[in-house]
Amino acid sequence: MIGRKFASLVGLAMAAVLVLVGCGTSSTAGKGTVHILAVWSGAEQDSFKAVIAPFEASTGIKVQYESTRDVDALLQTRLAAGNPPEIASLPSPSTLTKLAGQGKLVQLDNGILDMTTFNAQYAPGWIDLGKVNGKLYEIFAWAAVKGLVWYNPTKFTAKGYQVPTNWQDLMTLSSTIKSGGTTPWCIAVENGAASGWAGSDWVKEIVLSQAGPDVYNSWWQGKTKWTDPAIKAAWQTWGTVLGPNNSNVYGGKNYILSTSFANGGDPMFKNPPKCYMHNQASFITDNFVKQDKAVPGTDFKFFPLPDVNAQYAGAHVGAGDAFSMLKDTPQARQLIKYLTTPDAQAIWVKRGGKLSPNKTFDLANYPDDITKQVAQVMTGAKIFAFDAGDLMPTTMRDAYWAAVLSFVADQSKLDSILAHLDSVQATAYK
Amino acid sequence: MTIASEQIATPAAERRFSPEWLGQGFSKVLLHVVVIGITLIWIIPTLGLFVSSFRPLDQFTASGWWTALVPPFKFTLDNYTGVLDASNLGQSFFNSFMITIPATVIPVTIAAFAAYAFSWMKFWGRDFFFLALVGLLAVPLQGTFVPILKLFVQLGLTADKVGFVGLWLVHTGYGLPFAIYLLANFFRALPTDLFESAEIDGAGTLTVFFRIVLPLSVPAIASLVIFQFLWIWNDYLVALIYVGSTAEVAPLTVTLANLVGSKGQDYQLLTAAAFFSMVVPLIVFFSLQRYFVRGILAGSVKG
Amino acid sequence: MDFSQLLADVPTLVAVIVGVPVVLAAYIIGGEYLVRLLPDKARPSVRPWIWVGPALAFVGVFLVYPVFGTAYRSLFDLSGDNFVGLSNYANQLSGFPAGGAWIAIRNNLYWLAFFTILVLLFGLLFAVLTDRVPYESPIKSLIFMPMAISFVAIALIWKFMYSYQPPGEPQTGTVNAILAVFHQDPRIWVQDPNLANQALIVAAVWGFVGFAMVILSAALKGIPGDLLEAARVDGAGELTIFRRIIFPLMMPTIVVVGTTLVIFALKAFDIVYVMTNGNYDTDVLANRMYKLLNAAQDYGNASAVAIILVAAVIPVLIFNLRQFRAVEARR
Repeated sequence: MIGRKFASLVGLAMAAVLVLVGCGTSSTAGKGTVHILAVWSGAEQDSFKAVIAPFEASTGIKVQYESTRDVDALLQTRLAAGNPPEIASLPSPSTLTKLAGQGKLVQLDNGILDMTTFNAQYAPGWIDLGKVNGKLYEIFAWAAVKGLVWYNPTKFTAKGYQVPTNWQDLMTLSSTIKSGGTTPWCIAVENGAASGWAGSDWVKEIVLSQAGPDVYNSWWQGKTKWTDPAIKAAWQTWGTVLGPNNSNVYGGKNYILSTSFANGGDPMFKNPPKCYMHNQASFITDNFVKQDKAVPGTDFKFFPLPDVNAQYAGAHVGAGDAFSMLKDTPQARQLIKYLTTPDAQAIWVKRGGKLSPNKTFDLANYPDDITKQVAQVMTGAKIFAFDAGDLMPTTMRDAYWAAVLSFVADQSKLDSILAHLDSVQATAYK
Repeated sequence: MTIASEQIATPAAERRFSPEWLGQGFSKVLLHVVVIGITLIWIIPTLGLFVSSFRPLDQFTASGWWTALVPPFKFTLDNYTGVLDASNLGQSFFNSFMITIPATVIPVTIAAFAAYAFSWMKFWGRDFFFLALVGLLAVPLQGTFVPILKLFVQLGLTADKVGFVGLWLVHTGYGLPFAIYLLANFFRALPTDLFESAEIDGAGTLTVFFRIVLPLSVPAIASLVIFQFLWIWNDYLVALIYVGSTAEVAPLTVTLANLVGSKGQDYQLLTAAAFFSMVVPLIVFFSLQRYFVRGILAGSVKG
Repeated sequence: MDFSQLLADVPTLVAVIVGVPVVLAAYIIGGEYLVRLLPDKARPSVRPWIWVGPALAFVGVFLVYPVFGTAYRSLFDLSGDNFVGLSNYANQLSGFPAGGAWIAIRNNLYWLAFFTILVLLFGLLFAVLTDRVPYESPIKSLIFMPMAISFVAIALIWKFMYSYQPPGEPQTGTVNAILAVFHQDPRIWVQDPNLANQALIVAAVWGFVGFAMVILSAALKGIPGDLLEAARVDGAGELTIFRRIIFPLMMPTIVVVGTTLVIFALKAFDIVYVMTNGNYDTDVLANRMYKLLNAAQDYGNASAVAIILVAAVIPVLIFNLRQFRAVEARR
């Protein structure tokens, strides 16, 4: 029954399968490959690919780009299993810092980067951010600014509202709008698994400009407790912005919690407007244009969120994209060097949505006036602090975001919320 | 069959206006109303997504999807063209087939072999192994990633060396408990006299398996193929972990998920992407529908 | 779309589609051939191992080995260097009723009860009802459609369904719009701790009924048609036929579907992760494990949660064993 013919047919089939499968995979020819893992997808992915294109063309190195929203989880798994990508970019530098502490990252300032140029092109703030124990492990290629209050200038002029320049004026404007019959603020914090981060931006901006950079830094480092009067005061200040029972915000608690941050500014553009101000980072302009068909300059402009405490005037919170090297290969070295150059960064900046932290960056590269103004906020900031949430350990940051949700749901529970955050803080920084 | 034919001999005219027939007619109408009614309610969420996929982004948060069904119509094909313009769509579509088909065929076949043994053979530890198998259904997959990936890296079973082979093996391992559990249940339900008569006729194990068990279990196998296929077709995480998401190996799920920016920009493309991705599993479902027929068993013993 | 590469790779795909079944068939045929070489007495003891061998091997490598690894790891602390015995378990199971993993356990029990019962109910309903209508195939395809949609899309669908606009504004979410028709105020669903679990379970049930329906339908088709016809001819009403014939004959399959659903409920992750990440009181064990694994990188505690999850299945296994034995006894 089992003839030799059949057996040889089977053997042939097996061989064919294995050979063809093996051949189906790509072979690495040319000058080598470098794998890079990041979080950018969609249009951002196209922008990053545009950044990489000249690099590939001039060096012949093939860049294999991988992206996923769960970039933290994926990186940890691949690292634990022994096949990490050579370069990774994470939205939260805290994970990279932790990995640096575990010795899993490649040091960048003893031979890989030209430190003379690097030190000349980047402000000490950005450089120190990437250092762990005095050694450089992370570089920042792109930046964003938070704490920009977006408003509709046409609607403002129609009502005779003036752009506030200090916190007191902001609060007065808020009550004026409220007595005019509309809620002054639009806030939205929903974002699936990451819900709450938009509210956390408010709190950290207030911490910075109310309590100052020293408290801010010791806070995200886990040295200042959440129940500390300075931090509690920041939450309470946000509470006054929100109003009792979130009455200063369009739609109250229900709308804030259930609406995606991306749609947060939409009510501002309705006729009649449902709110007048929206505090959000620079990337929201993309949503204004696409979703609300708003025209930059006419339909929306921004003013920097005023500082609560005049002592800390000129304080801003920002964020950036950190890159680290996990495996030292010649190709990876070339890529990371390329990413620190202003020319590479310009490619994405011109396409919109990002700023460059490079001091030598030509402002003319910014695609429109609004972005240029935002960049000027960044370069002109007297106190520029990196996003505290992204610097905290992941568990702390997640608890912070969840606390925002609880606070919006019931502001009177602040004490128990802060106590819970303290208990997370106690174990998160190990 | 004689009893049934006697009953049918009752004159048709006599039956037409009998109370039983009217009662039957009413319950027939009720049946149709209930079935169609519940189905309509059931498809509302999908219908919502379908209509939304033809709406431009600025309409999504302005008004509910049902408003698009009345004039003025603001339909657009932008979401679908956005999906079709996705870079690497063709390659990832192909990759999905390359991943899904073997990862369906292998576990279904191995499960059929094992289920047959569990249902109709006696061996040491049979009940224990079977229960352990059911218990393994509960293993959360995230816990298996690191040890297995480590093993793969050591054995060289990564994407750049052997392509999708590692993924096929993993999906087989993950899918076997359910597959065996399901098939064993159906195999076990086959009448014992079937096997006895086969034994009397001198049929060997292979003949019984291929000529009797498999043909009679076609609905069960068809269900299993459908589920295994669509679970793997829609899988995102396992493929991401074991082969990564570089352009050459990314399956369709990864490519479509990457249509959306890291902050959720362009999420309206997901509405069209969902239907684009759904087409293949639905085709599989449709084509296997003809195996869901009754009466395969009837007469098989006497015949 | 780049078709040239596609065409080049098609032969590979065909080779795989053809080659893989051939290899497997060869295995079993070759195995049977080897068994034939043995004396008659030895055959029944060797043959089963050829048939279950590959399955046991795969499951052993891909499921059993990691489970043992996980169990081992759960006895160490988060760095992996210090043996801490059962303290990770104590950690997770302490602070009843609101501490440790208890909220997640409570939520999993909700899922276990409501998800399982609702999916079984609707699955059975659809399987039985569609069997009796001529347009069975299109109806089943429509009910099945949610299964064909990926989890991310299901989360998107229900995000639209549960969407909220303040009272007085035109509603954008289907559920709130229906409420508006009845002059009720709109409400938030997923973000309300009182309703969040139910909201998620409804979305999951909707997505999963197709699964139960297909399998129960397959079992239903296995009931000989003449059995049902004879009963109808004897004058039995539909409900009686269902109670006395259909339901008992489908019982083993109902147990299988029910068991699978219970286990899925214990393992529920995707819907919860994508929609709330455990916020608003919706945390479940698998999500808790994911956070411990990836956010805290606490492999010790994460492993403990995983083992708790697997252990929770034991009552289900005992139930299955009883059913199993009952069926065996009837043979």
